[in-house]
Amino acid sequence: MAKIGLFLARRLVKAAIILFFIVLINFALIRAAPGDPASVMAGEAGASDERYVELLRQRFGLDEPLHTQMFIYVTSVFQGDLGYSYRQGRNVSALILERLPATLLLTVTAFVFALAMGVLLGTLAAMKVGRWADTAITTLALISYATPLFWLGLMLILLFSVQLGWLPSFGFESVGAGFTGIDRMLDVAAHMVLPVLTLGLFYMAVYTRLTRSSILEIHDMDFVKTARSKGVTEGKVMVFHVLRNAILPVITFAGFQAGHLIGGSILVETVFAWPGIGRLAFNALLQRDYQVLLGVFVVTSILVLLFNIITDLLYTIVDPRIEVE
Amino acid sequence: MKTVSVDSVSYQLKGSNWWARATAACLLALGSGALFSTSAVADEPQHGGTLNVILDPEPPMLILGINQQAPTQLVAGKMYESLLRYDFELEPMPSLASEWEISDDGLTYTFHLQEGVTWHDGEPFTSHDVVFTATEFLPETHPRASSNFRRLESVTAPDDHTVVFQLDEAYPAFILAFEVASFPIMPAHIYEGTDFTDNEMNDHPIGTGPFKFERWSRGDYVQLTAYEDYWQDGKPYLDQIYFRLIPDAASRALALETQQVDISSFNNIEPFDVPRLEQLPHLEVITEGYEIAAPLSWIEINHRVEPLDDPRFRQAMMYALDREFIRDNIFMGLGRVPTGPINTVTIEYTDEVHIYEHDPDRAMELMDEMGLEPDGNGVRAEVELLPLPYGETFIRLAEYTREALGQVGIRVRMRSTDSAGWAQRVADWEYELTNNFVYQYGHPALGVSRTYICDNIRQGVLFSNTMGYCNEEVDDLFARAAVENDPDERAALYAKVQQILVEELPVIWLLEMEFPTIVNTRVRNATTTAIGVADTFADTWIEQ
Repeated sequence: MAKIGLFLARRLVKAAIILFFIVLINFALIRAAPGDPASVMAGEAGASDERYVELLRQRFGLDEPLHTQMFIYVTSVFQGDLGYSYRQGRNVSALILERLPATLLLTVTAFVFALAMGVLLGTLAAMKVGRWADTAITTLALISYATPLFWLGLMLILLFSVQLGWLPSFGFESVGAGFTGIDRMLDVAAHMVLPVLTLGLFYMAVYTRLTRSSILEIHDMDFVKTARSKGVTEGKVMVFHVLRNAILPVITFAGFQAGHLIGGSILVETVFAWPGIGRLAFNALLQRDYQVLLGVFVVTSILVLLFNIITDLLYTIVDPRIEVE
Repeated sequence: MKTVSVDSVSYQLKGSNWWARATAACLLALGSGALFSTSAVADEPQHGGTLNVILDPEPPMLILGINQQAPTQLVAGKMYESLLRYDFELEPMPSLASEWEISDDGLTYTFHLQEGVTWHDGEPFTSHDVVFTATEFLPETHPRASSNFRRLESVTAPDDHTVVFQLDEAYPAFILAFEVASFPIMPAHIYEGTDFTDNEMNDHPIGTGPFKFERWSRGDYVQLTAYEDYWQDGKPYLDQIYFRLIPDAASRALALETQQVDISSFNNIEPFDVPRLEQLPHLEVITEGYEIAAPLSWIEINHRVEPLDDPRFRQAMMYALDREFIRDNIFMGLGRVPTGPINTVTIEYTDEVHIYEHDPDRAMELMDEMGLEPDGNGVRAEVELLPLPYGETFIRLAEYTREALGQVGIRVRMRSTDSAGWAQRVADWEYELTNNFVYQYGHPALGVSRTYICDNIRQGVLFSNTMGYCNEEVDDLFARAAVENDPDERAALYAKVQQILVEELPVIWLLEMEFPTIVNTRVRNATTTAIGVADTFADTWIEQ
């Protein structure tokens, strides 16, 4: 246990240092792009005059020298303050927190769906290797892997919303329907089906292929043969002997995907008008709403760092031979 | 297509369909009672219902006095009102002003305000709110206020329901400066003595309009509900309006198709999707309601770069482009080929100017004259084009431009940016050619002269004279026309300036853009004035 404590402490210190450089680099990168929020707003208004633009720049704090702005920003981030969006007239942390639940609901569901289906299909394919079930699953995985997300999303909308009329094509819920309790949950679930499928199919394909190839590799190893010859049933062999060993590459990739739970869904959120954080970030980029964009980056970076640590810990649980240093 | 209003009923007319015209004429004469008794029942406005309107992109805020983007106007136009509204011919109509007079010398504008108007928080609306908005609020927050109010000497309120605007010289365009996005009346009792942009009520708009703010679920929708104490008795008809945020253009078209939303406006729908949607029985396409905006699209030219400084070269580019082709194949027939700087649907337009036909041979002749001979690859000149990053249509336009100019020996390099980068480059004159479209606000003094006068060459300011074009005669004509109170004299001055500009081509006018307002046929009176769906929706109703 002490070992794990030490491991955690060291990783957290490292993470803080990495975070510091991420914030610095992000700040510099964003400012390297041409245009600023004041000129964007002037452009959107369809008219402008100097005094108006100057006033905006002052209000946005853009009239300070760049290094001063950077210093102010970095210190406030490490005090837990993500700043204020002058464009939207609200605190960045409030904006992010408001959008976070919708994104998490979508991405976590897609994550669980992809992982469960992927491991299941991969295992099935490996057990029936070379037969039609294997061919069908591998083909499905290949198609899901190769199809661009936005196209898949639009095709799903065309089929299920326009042609069949079964599912809503966009939004988080039926606004104005006044659903409560279980009805509201079902309504949100109906809205989630298409975006979750769109987002989840790609990762499902990845997990399917990983699981299948990994199982096939382990399937004929000596310890598996020994287990079989001891008389362990085929099902138990698969779950306790094969899968447990085959799952490591899947965990590696799942840790990677989990890091992208936030911000990895910009495209899907756009196509399905999902009110999440990916769109918040994308709009902030187009509008040069620096504080919001940086805020999203900070939150995303923290999550990636966090999931890396969790993944490493998971390894040791699944495979006791791997030890934390 | 034209929409004729008869007692708040809209009939769609195809231009060539004489029968429909005759029918509508009968209806105009007889009223809507006798001829079609069944439709008369259905055409009586009905109360109730929820309207779903596409909103894109998401506005940064909904306080119309502080932000006047198109999406802000679409939502806030239901909550705020101005003194006047304008019909499709830009004639003023009553709004918060029930009557108004302009003195013969054009210097005094007197407005008599509606009585019994209240703000959404119950406070009474008075002339003090109007004076406060004109003299304190807008000058600080509105990008066009300083030019609209430049000739304003004083604004006074002789009593609670009268406001007098005194000008120091005649300025006939002034009557058009009372449209709701130019002059939204703001509540003095909330803003007086505060920092307007940092007021705590800025996330809860308070206006006098028929709909009041209910909630804004960011990234998802804005909800407005009927204001029960609205000053026009019996209105609005709708119970509530949802503005739905749908960021993807293809998804927006699908949402209209599946009837999940009722209305799209401006460039919500890409022109290439419009013919398909127009075929659907439950949708209709209306192109009126953009007369105040009157967008004119052009190729903007940086005159500081050779050979773009030579009028002959700009004429050559104009001759090289087939603008009918652009209208028909890129904008899918939406719009008119312009003859000059002033949009035909606004005021003071003349067609007595040189007309540029599509004539690539003439283009090459002009360049020969300039001494621009083709090199071994047939290239006479090379220019850089910055496409407008406002969606697929403008990419197609840029690609066509590259091909068309290439055919007469002008090689076009393309350079892509996003909207923020575009705004900065154009404002700072770091471009050679770009596409742009600019609103005219119904009158050349409000929205046209700013593009061409020397005074307005200001680096860092978008929608100024970013070309660097300067002709003192043009300046003089625009200046005199703006303050000329005699209509004939004024028309002559504007005609002259149009002729000069068409000759010198400071920019290459491509298209008088028409935006398609696509409306579900169950919705009536979606567009009744020159600002279209940005208007109050007080008269809009849904067939149940």
